[in-house]
Amino acid sequence: MNILVCISKAPDTTTKISFTDGNTKLNKDKVQFIVNPYDEWYALVRAIELKEQYGGTVKIISVGDAEYDPIIRKAIAIGADEAVRINSDALDAHFVASQIANYAKDKGFDLILTGKETINYNGSQVGAMIAELMGLPYVATASKLEVNGKVAKLERDLAAGVEVLEADLPVVISCAKGMAEQRIPNMRGIMAARTKPLEVIEPTPTDQYTEIVGYELPADKGSVTYIDPNNMDELVQLLHSEAKVI
Amino acid sequence: MAILVLLDNHNDKISKAALEAVSYAHQIAQNSGDEVTALSYGKLGDSLLKAVGQYGAKTVWHHADLHHPTEDQLTALCAAAMEKLGASMMVCPFDGLGKSVAPRLAAKIGAGYVAGAISLPEISGSELTVKKNVFSGKAIATVKVKTQKKIIGLMPNSVPVVTSDATAEIEAFKPEIPKSGVRVVEIRAEAAEGIPLPEAEIVVSAGRGLKGPENWGMVEDLAHALGAATACSRPVADIGWRPHHEHVGQTGIAIRPNLYIAAGISGAIQHLAGVNGSKTIVVINTDKEAPFFKAADYGIIGDVFEVLPRLTEAVKKFKAAN
Ligand SMILES: Cc1cc2nc3c(=O)[nH]c(=O)nc-3n(C[C@H](O)[C@H](O)[C@H](O)COP(=O)(O)OP(=O)(O)OC[C@H]3O[C@@H](n4cnc5c(N)ncnc54)[C@H](O)[C@@H]3O)c2cc1C
Ligand SMILES: Nc1ncnc2c1ncn2[C@@H]1O[C@H](COP(=O)(O)O)[C@@H](O)[C@H]1O
Repeated sequence: MNILVCISKAPDTTTKISFTDGNTKLNKDKVQFIVNPYDEWYALVRAIELKEQYGGTVKIISVGDAEYDPIIRKAIAIGADEAVRINSDALDAHFVASQIANYAKDKGFDLILTGKETINYNGSQVGAMIAELMGLPYVATASKLEVNGKVAKLERDLAAGVEVLEADLPVVISCAKGMAEQRIPNMRGIMAARTKPLEVIEPTPTDQYTEIVGYELPADKGSVTYIDPNNMDELVQLLHSEAKVI
Repeated sequence: MAILVLLDNHNDKISKAALEAVSYAHQIAQNSGDEVTALSYGKLGDSLLKAVGQYGAKTVWHHADLHHPTEDQLTALCAAAMEKLGASMMVCPFDGLGKSVAPRLAAKIGAGYVAGAISLPEISGSELTVKKNVFSGKAIATVKVKTQKKIIGLMPNSVPVVTSDATAEIEAFKPEIPKSGVRVVEIRAEAAEGIPLPEAEIVVSAGRGLKGPENWGMVEDLAHALGAATACSRPVADIGWRPHHEHVGQTGIAIRPNLYIAAGISGAIQHLAGVNGSKTIVVINTDKEAPFFKAADYGIIGDVFEVLPRLTEAVKKFKAAN
């Protein structure tokens, strides 16, 4: 089974976000980048488990500049076989999906896995777009994935309950909690990651559909009003007459 | 510019989030003197569909034979409707199905897509700009859509709803829907208890400070008194005290209720990322240094085991008197 895993990078979850250039660019000073958690914990680990079960290869793909390389090496260390980076800024979701679809179209992958969403721009877009551009079925936010011959068996959580699905391979799947358990790379993996192939290829020209023109930080909360724990009537009154939320 | 709105069918009901999307589209259309057409499917009664008119849809196109469609089938339905309408914009709720249909449709018809808009757009000529949350709610971005066709996924509970007493015309709309490569084998529905979290206007949330799952009765009592949904911090879902769909934060769901009450939650940055869009935040914690107090509007330094029941009583008293 040949699996392509789409890996993006994201600021570490404890990062304080700030901007430069008149609030048009992320200030990367002091920002530690990590593998986007959903891509690492769920998509990549499940891909490696399936390879361990059925054989085949796990390939990582990222659309990004050279800053991505340490992220890709970390993902390889967890157990992927090889990686490719499309050497361009990730201009928007459509651009990223087009690059990945274009790369994957004649490579015969059985599964293309993405994370549920990136925690930086939170779009949940790229997987669905890859599927449409390649004319493949797509299952969003799967929490379980088994493969049986040419059919993927999937589950996903609904607001109340679970949906059980089947999809013909090849299929694009976005992976959410439940699909696998996080793996910590071991020393052997980290050593091996240094020598595994990381191919860099140039992007194909693609229109950018959307563009971020500016950022702002959410309005600061005014200072907190403390309420006596014995006087919940006062809180209820304030929620009613001051905050106007009840 | 006609605007299409996808009404996703939630157990044969129309979600509040979808009705918000209709009202949002109506507010955009009014400025340009256009009409909103809503698109629905499945088993939905005429009275439900007509009532969509209150939110600003002139017409509802309904595909009554389409049950539990997959995302690619809904994409085909939306694409056919946009073409027939000559619509250049679609709005859908940024939840469940909308999240997976909208990007697929965007790729299909070459539309620029904004995932999770939180404001009404500004439109000048063929360019549209709108705000959305980025970095898990730690910042807001203004996104410009450059394509002629545009799709907006509207974050639930973001933009006030405007209603009237109009009713919508219902028309059957049954284009050929292709067979899907995905099959729904089974839906193991649990009784949908209470209010769906992403749509709730009031949320009562609790963390490890509650000590164990057996103590959640206090949380549910308060939620019940307020007509609120319940939520929790990530460790609480991870150890199985509460179901995963209640987990809010950077790696859970992001919510923006009018009132968020956090009991026994420390307020880690990853938790705040999912709730800092809330209009009013109340924090109950024994530790006056808990980081959550910095994000709170009202703080109570106290023990949840005493404060929650007291607050529930105060709410009940207030509701009885008003
Ligand atoms: C990559 C990553 C992603 C994460 N994503 C999320 C996420 O999406 N959502 C999330 O919630 N967390 C997330 N976390 C975890 C987060 O960092 C915190 O560990 C978590 O939010 C803490 O949960 P808590 O507040 O319930 O527990 P604790 O931090 O243990 O806090 C319990 C609080 O209860 C108070 N308390 C104790 N007893 C009482 C009492 N009797 N009365 C009142 N107060 C009391 C304590 O003072 C304390 O402040 C993530 C972490 C990482 C590394
Ligand atoms: N620049 C990128 N390179 C490779 N994969 C990406 C990139 N951006 C997003 N993805 C994948 O698409 C998923 C959804 O991303 P998003 O649509 O940004 O929420 C992520 O979890 C990744 O698996």
